[in-house]
Amino acid sequence: MGRTIFEKLWEEHAVSDLGDDTYLLYIDRIFIHERTGSIALKGLEAAGRKVRNPDHVFACMDHIVDTLPGRTDDTRVPGGIAFITATREAANAAGITVFDLGDERQGIVHVVAPEQGISLPGVTLVCPDSHTCTQGALGALAWGVGSTEAEHAMATKTLVVRKPKTMRIDFDGEPGFGVSAKDMILYLIGQHTAAGGVGYAIELAGAAVRSMPMEGRFTLCNMAIEFGAWTGIIAADDSTFDYVHGRPFAPKNHLWDQALAHWKTLPTDAGAIFDKEIQIDCGAITPQITWGTSPQHETGIDGVVPDPADEADANRRKSIDRALEYMDLKPGMRLEGIPIDAAFIGSCTNSRLSDLRSAAQILEGKKVADGVNAICVPGSSQVKKAAEAEGLDKIFEAAGFEWRESGCSMCFFAGGENFGLEQRVVTSTNRNFENRQGPRTRSHLASPTTVAASAIKGHLTDVRKLEH
Amino acid sequence: MDKFIELTAIAAPLLRINIDTDAIIPSREMKRVSKQGLGDGLFAGWRYTTPGGREENSDFVLNQGPYRNAQILLSGMNFGCGSSREHAVWALHEWGIRCIIAPSFGAIFHGNCVLNGILPVALENQLVEDLARQVEAAPAENTITVNLEKCLVTGPDQSQHEFEIAPGDRKMLLEGLDGIAATMKRDDEILAFQARDRIKRPWIYL
Repeated sequence: MGRTIFEKLWEEHAVSDLGDDTYLLYIDRIFIHERTGSIALKGLEAAGRKVRNPDHVFACMDHIVDTLPGRTDDTRVPGGIAFITATREAANAAGITVFDLGDERQGIVHVVAPEQGISLPGVTLVCPDSHTCTQGALGALAWGVGSTEAEHAMATKTLVVRKPKTMRIDFDGEPGFGVSAKDMILYLIGQHTAAGGVGYAIELAGAAVRSMPMEGRFTLCNMAIEFGAWTGIIAADDSTFDYVHGRPFAPKNHLWDQALAHWKTLPTDAGAIFDKEIQIDCGAITPQITWGTSPQHETGIDGVVPDPADEADANRRKSIDRALEYMDLKPGMRLEGIPIDAAFIGSCTNSRLSDLRSAAQILEGKKVADGVNAICVPGSSQVKKAAEAEGLDKIFEAAGFEWRESGCSMCFFAGGENFGLEQRVVTSTNRNFENRQGPRTRSHLASPTTVAASAIKGHLTDVRKLEH
Repeated sequence: MDKFIELTAIAAPLLRINIDTDAIIPSREMKRVSKQGLGDGLFAGWRYTTPGGREENSDFVLNQGPYRNAQILLSGMNFGCGSSREHAVWALHEWGIRCIIAPSFGAIFHGNCVLNGILPVALENQLVEDLARQVEAAPAENTITVNLEKCLVTGPDQSQHEFEIAPGDRKMLLEGLDGIAATMKRDDEILAFQARDRIKRPWIYL
């Protein structure tokens, strides 16, 4: 019987079978960041334990560093400086490579790891960060863990993991104009809920994934966690190999040839059985937007705010009720046209070069509407440099966007910078939770092009209708 | 780590679906590089009347009468979804929660609970709601008992509900194990794996 890519990677990394579907898995690469990695390193130190293979561990400064020009360790996040300095000191002491402030490789961990060729097809990779699933787009088994598990991985190079079930999601058909990877993954979550993937490792497949460039694949896998999945994975193909080849930490010369031959054996075999399968027709997907406080609270931009009374399930009805109160929206309101206070392009979901290019295309020659606070934060210092080399920064700035240094920035509110009390933000990020982006901030998740179009109009906008 | 064997305690119903770890411990409440000092910020966005403030919101269940002493939380599906922050579990633990009963859990949160002595119990939604109704009738008297040796929840009406938990997770909680120390005993197996793997996948070894 054929095997799935997930099963192949699981077996290849199994150090020991501990029984009851639980295994000691070998972990090839470990990333940490200053927000949750600092405590993991401190925990190891306190227990007198050493990092087993420091050359396989990397630290990124991304979560609470400032993204304003001229930044220092003294971040606007209260107490944040201690997280930055503790991570740096402990990482240096342990011999871990740090992509620090001022380093041209600095950036958001899930942008940097693939960019540097550290995450590769076929590797296992963990990070104390839920969006580690992003890196599954390379055909890697990558998942988010807590700080204690990060300690475990650093100390032993392994983790004890119970095998999840498998699910394949086939994205078939052709996405129309204005429909991106972000719209596809939001649509999936809207159709199948934020708990639709609980208990599963999901393989994202189908014609629309195969024809999708790598950067879109990262966006797709990034929000596997918002679907509740243990992780997301996309089988590596020629697009993947082209992306990885020549990157600083990627294998070279004869090792490249050897790795490539191995990677080509990993995709799911014909006839492999999944525990569950879902089909999505991309032709049916319009630009998507969230209206509530869970990623499952979403619909097409041409849709309306739902009426809780129409929801048969009592728990979902209550959740819609609460969300509408928090978001200050009424049932039946059209989403298109809802006025916004701010627009944000950034985060590990949508801050790569192609995201910035697609937004810049919309913004070129236009101005952000009066009163809209518009901010763009490139995903890494490398992305920023590449964008500037082709003049994208000038387009963003001419349109009225702030152009910033790289980091997680205002994807989440840590007590420092934020959009302001009860401000309404259209955002290319991944979480519209209550208070996620600021005190009572009302977040509408969307693609970078929908964010750009909405920033110009000053209200939630259907990018397909924007005159070019 | 604390052992979890059996607990009889007041249970607080917080029957919302998709409660995320940002709600359990907002990032702005993570003020120090420490596992301590987080209980005060637990559910801060709901527990207090103003963002960043400390004036109690009397509508929030954990601010009400006997629920202030709750050690069990009853909640909706996908509890602990979202961010991986283990601070959510440290905050719950410091506040006094030792067991969460919900239809399903975020995977990373579930793992974090087990590593910190908090028992996540998955029961069907209808049962959770039924337990909540009984508790609400008399919160101080209508306690719930959770026995991990028998994998059994006993409601205030003495109804008994079996639950499933991975044997490894159960052992970890019952014995209060240190997972890292346990794995370190398998050093020979890890070294043998690395020796084999280095030949098979040399590009992994930088």
